[in-house]
Amino acid sequence: MRNFAGTRLAVRAILTVFAKEFRENLRERRTLLSALILGPLLGPLLLAGGLSLRLERGLGEVDRPLALAVAHGERAPNLLAFLREHGVTVTSVDYEPSAARAAVRSGREQQVLAVDADFAARLAAGLPAPLELYADASDLTAAGDSARLRALIQQYSALLGRLRLAARGVDPLLLAPIAVQDIDVSTPASRSVLILGTLSYLILITMLMGGMYLAIDATAGERERGSLEPLLTVPVHRELLIYGKILATCAYMILSLALTVTAFAVVLRFTGLERFGMSVNFGPRVALEVILLTLPLVPLGAALMTLVAAYTRTYREAQTYLALVLLVPTVPLAFAGLVGLRPRPALMAVPSLSQHFLITSLLRAEALPPGWVALSVGATLALAALLVVAAGGLYRREALLG
Amino acid sequence: MIEAQRLEKHFGRVTAVREVSLRALDGRITGLLGPNGAGKSTTLRMLYTVLAPDRGDALIDGCSVVREPLAARARLGVLPHSAGIYPNLTARENILYFGALQGLKRSARRARAAELVQLLEMEEFADRRARGLSQGERVRTALARALVHSPRNLVLDEPTNGLDVMAVRALRRLLLQLRVAGHCVLFSSHVMQEVSALCDEVVVIAHGVVLEHGTPDEIRGRTGAGSLEEAFVRLIGATDATSRGPG
Repeated sequence: MRNFAGTRLAVRAILTVFAKEFRENLRERRTLLSALILGPLLGPLLLAGGLSLRLERGLGEVDRPLALAVAHGERAPNLLAFLREHGVTVTSVDYEPSAARAAVRSGREQQVLAVDADFAARLAAGLPAPLELYADASDLTAAGDSARLRALIQQYSALLGRLRLAARGVDPLLLAPIAVQDIDVSTPASRSVLILGTLSYLILITMLMGGMYLAIDATAGERERGSLEPLLTVPVHRELLIYGKILATCAYMILSLALTVTAFAVVLRFTGLERFGMSVNFGPRVALEVILLTLPLVPLGAALMTLVAAYTRTYREAQTYLALVLLVPTVPLAFAGLVGLRPRPALMAVPSLSQHFLITSLLRAEALPPGWVALSVGATLALAALLVVAAGGLYRREALLG
Repeated sequence: MIEAQRLEKHFGRVTAVREVSLRALDGRITGLLGPNGAGKSTTLRMLYTVLAPDRGDALIDGCSVVREPLAARARLGVLPHSAGIYPNLTARENILYFGALQGLKRSARRARAAELVQLLEMEEFADRRARGLSQGERVRTALARALVHSPRNLVLDEPTNGLDVMAVRALRRLLLQLRVAGHCVLFSSHVMQEVSALCDEVVVIAHGVVLEHGTPDEIRGRTGAGSLEEAFVRLIGATDATSRGPG
């Protein structure tokens, strides 16, 4: 049926199935929730929430007073004065070593500083004066405070060292033979990627979730309900039926994608990353470019989910397998992160990974090489076409009825 | 007219249908009668092209299901075993969807849907979401859907499944109406009463083969039975005996 009338009929059949699936799912609460509300709202809110927490913590760490328990603090009054001047709140405790250990391990104290009995004597004699710092290295939340404290004590020690040299008529600068100057080439936009690196992953996941329920309903759901067989009795080529369903899935995914990216663009405006010398490069133009870059993944994701769901028997089985399929785009991203992959022309042929690199580049306000974009779009669409044809082939098979 | 010519179908090592030939004429109601697992559904599925025969062919108004499946489908209205209505669409929308798939233009399918709603007495629930319909209402919707393109041939797979007495009588009335209008109606059943009340022609099938065919009277006469049920049991019994072998 390769004549013009045939093509027109084919297009009309695809659009008929598309229109029905699209409209029917507008009445399906689960699909709407997942595609239009959960993904687009939850993703940005989670990101913004996580960001704020991390930033507040980072900010607070520098300004927040550090609580320190000191045992035998009377043996090192000048050290304690120094610490107090630099924002440390000192509380005196009466711990023997085992008691100090137990206090930190149980979490009663975050860290305990114990001053040895011969601290003052050795200090006066110009010998290393011992202090014990009890801390829990496996406690990540205390890591910041421990580092701060250690830095302060080092500062005090260096101060004493310089005073001793000066007292002996030696220039303290002799101890600093090399001066390293850090020159930072990062831009505010590129720095923002440290925090926003997961953005591309979140966008991909919510996009897939947008079409997931429709993909399941249109295949496994159809079979489970018994509505597949009547559908196969109409005078329409079978693969056209699945093409129409994939198209409807694409429509929901595009809606979800557009809403998600818009939500991110809005939310990121209010995160206050500027306070940290980062700028968020996610204005309307970038948002549109991100959407366009991600569009080729829509038919790929739709065809993949439809294909997998079409193999399953029941709605529940489809849900299980599609949840696994949602992980598929994350594998290249996780791999890239672990192995420390940098963008390369060859990698632009890997769907999902190429979009991740390109989106990250956009966030860094870098120019996108047109060749890379072309390769990314081409390779993704080629794989999508392959999967669509495979889905059509599946629908022609008899075993479809189960 | 529906004509099956020596249809054969295997599923793995099981032969579900073997050398089944039958003919259902226009203006007649033909019943495919057989016990569960006889091969009725498989035969019908080959007729409406959802299954491809391993051997043999079938002609729907002259169109081969093997060589011209789309043309064959266009000449058939089908009510498969499970009505399979879309729960989120109204009964009318279900009909309209299939009208569109059958190639009817918008005004044509709207008019046809209205016609069918009236014919099948669906006014009360036509615009209600199919989710809330009773079994009888669902079957009527499926039937309307099968008739939306005014096919001359109608195939129904155990249409009275799960229907109450009133619904069965309504269906019977409708099938008789269709017969008078010149349609070819073919339906499968294992309910004796239905078949003897409705059918002009009966095809008895068991273990995938046609045992007998003819009018109910002819079959009774040939088996020497007092009723169609008796005839049926004798036919099945005979097959059972031969298929089981000596002892």
